[in-house]
Amino acid sequence: MRALAAAALGLATLVAGCAPSSTEPAASESTVITGDVTVFAAASLKKTFTALGTQFETDHPGTTVTFNFAGSSDLVTQLTQGAPADVFASADAANMAKAVDAGIVAGSPVNFASNTLTIVTAPGNPKGIASFTDLTKPGPQVVVCAPQVPCGAATEKVEAAAGVGLSPVSEESAVTDVLGKVTSGQADAGLVYVTDAAVAGDTVTAVAFPEATGAVNTYPITALKESANPQAAQAFVDLVMSPAGRDVLTAAGFAAP
Amino acid sequence: MTVTRRRGGLVQVGLPAWTYLPATAGALFVIVPLIAILGKIDWPHFIPLVTSESSRAALLLSLKTAAASTAVCVVLGVPLALVLARGRFKGLRVLRALVLLPLVLPPVVGGIALLYTFGRQGLLGQYLDLCGIRIAFSTTAVVLAQSFVSLPFLVVSLEGALRSAGTGYEHIAATLGARPSTVLRTVTLPLVLPGLISGAVLAFARSLGEFGATLTFAGSLQGVTRTLPLEIYLQRETDADAAVALSLLLIVVAAGIVIASSTRRLAGDP
Repeated sequence: MRALAAAALGLATLVAGCAPSSTEPAASESTVITGDVTVFAAASLKKTFTALGTQFETDHPGTTVTFNFAGSSDLVTQLTQGAPADVFASADAANMAKAVDAGIVAGSPVNFASNTLTIVTAPGNPKGIASFTDLTKPGPQVVVCAPQVPCGAATEKVEAAAGVGLSPVSEESAVTDVLGKVTSGQADAGLVYVTDAAVAGDTVTAVAFPEATGAVNTYPITALKESANPQAAQAFVDLVMSPAGRDVLTAAGFAAP
Repeated sequence: MTVTRRRGGLVQVGLPAWTYLPATAGALFVIVPLIAILGKIDWPHFIPLVTSESSRAALLLSLKTAAASTAVCVVLGVPLALVLARGRFKGLRVLRALVLLPLVLPPVVGGIALLYTFGRQGLLGQYLDLCGIRIAFSTTAVVLAQSFVSLPFLVVSLEGALRSAGTGYEHIAATLGARPSTVLRTVTLPLVLPGLISGAVLAFARSLGEFGATLTFAGSLQGVTRTLPLEIYLQRETDADAAVALSLLLIVVAAGIVIASSTRRLAGDP
């Protein structure tokens, strides 16, 4: 028992020794952007932000951009738990609001893109789905996102706008899972973002529908307060907001905010 | 497992004192995160959170599917363990390695494999679909996913029990004229019953915690395919308090199972 107490004490000392130190990040006076930038970005931004990161490294030699792509709510949790990062790009306003409320954001976030839902079906649309109301007819197995995640919240808004209710066979926790169920042939149709349909390419057929405008998802981006490299963080935000950034996002299917 | 205790006679060997330090660290490594969850519980709302309609549906579905997959594991796993422990044919080692593969496979890989087997366009699924049998997005899919990942736990446990029980009593029974089926029923199975029970408990516990294969293969719909781990994963997106409360519920159920089976196992020791 004494050995146990000694071990516990040793562990406690070890933990206490690792308490956060209160050193302020030294602000650099020079205007040359250099060093590392860590960007936490929504999973749906993987393709576009990876391209922008490469461009950033070319524009500013000596910089390295590191990405962490995950669900926006996961990213907020990681950031509020102290994960070191310089930039945060969220797939919806709600999760950015959580970050603002937690006091981890430097300045105020800016919207840089928007995304809407689309129907995806098996290639060639074998079930002949032409409208949103076609999804409510008996027959096609429809998969959507659960209301708890951003794409599911958007789905609920679209249902309200269209005045119809879907009876999905599954409510997935990620938009990529919805896409997966359609591309693997498990489901006949799914509701995903326009950009996801663009990434899926020939493996699905996208069916646009007018009610989609009932739920426009905006993507905000911001530099973070605890950034060790605030200049580079702001430079990355500026790149995303620039015409060059706009071009990359538009090519992937994102609309202007 | 088969340590024989000799009273008197031998000098008792003490444990080196230094082993307590890493042992304590190891125990704390497991226990502290559990305490951390307890500290995060929103106690005033705990009961409403775990008794909400979606929580009850998820818990009920988890218990039902875990029980069903345990039954599947017993029906398929007992003969499999018998063949692996007593069978003598070429390729037995390869068969054992293949059957135990789900132990080391990430469950999501199991889910993908099941998808391409029982999915609508899968190896077997396309023929089942023609017969009007659809497994995708049904509770059956959840049971299949859980059985796939849990079966090796039962097989390993039972095969170990069969090997340590040996074939002595079986030989005697056979010598006395008992037929193989009689030997199996009256000698072998009663002999390895503790091993079978602990294997079934392990399979049940593994089924209860199954997440990756279910999410990949079965989908997620309240009351149909959304088991407790899936519900926790989903609630975490919006309601961290609910996710933590449900996590505790799962921990309590799992702890109950582990404690029940370990007391049984200790009681079974001579």
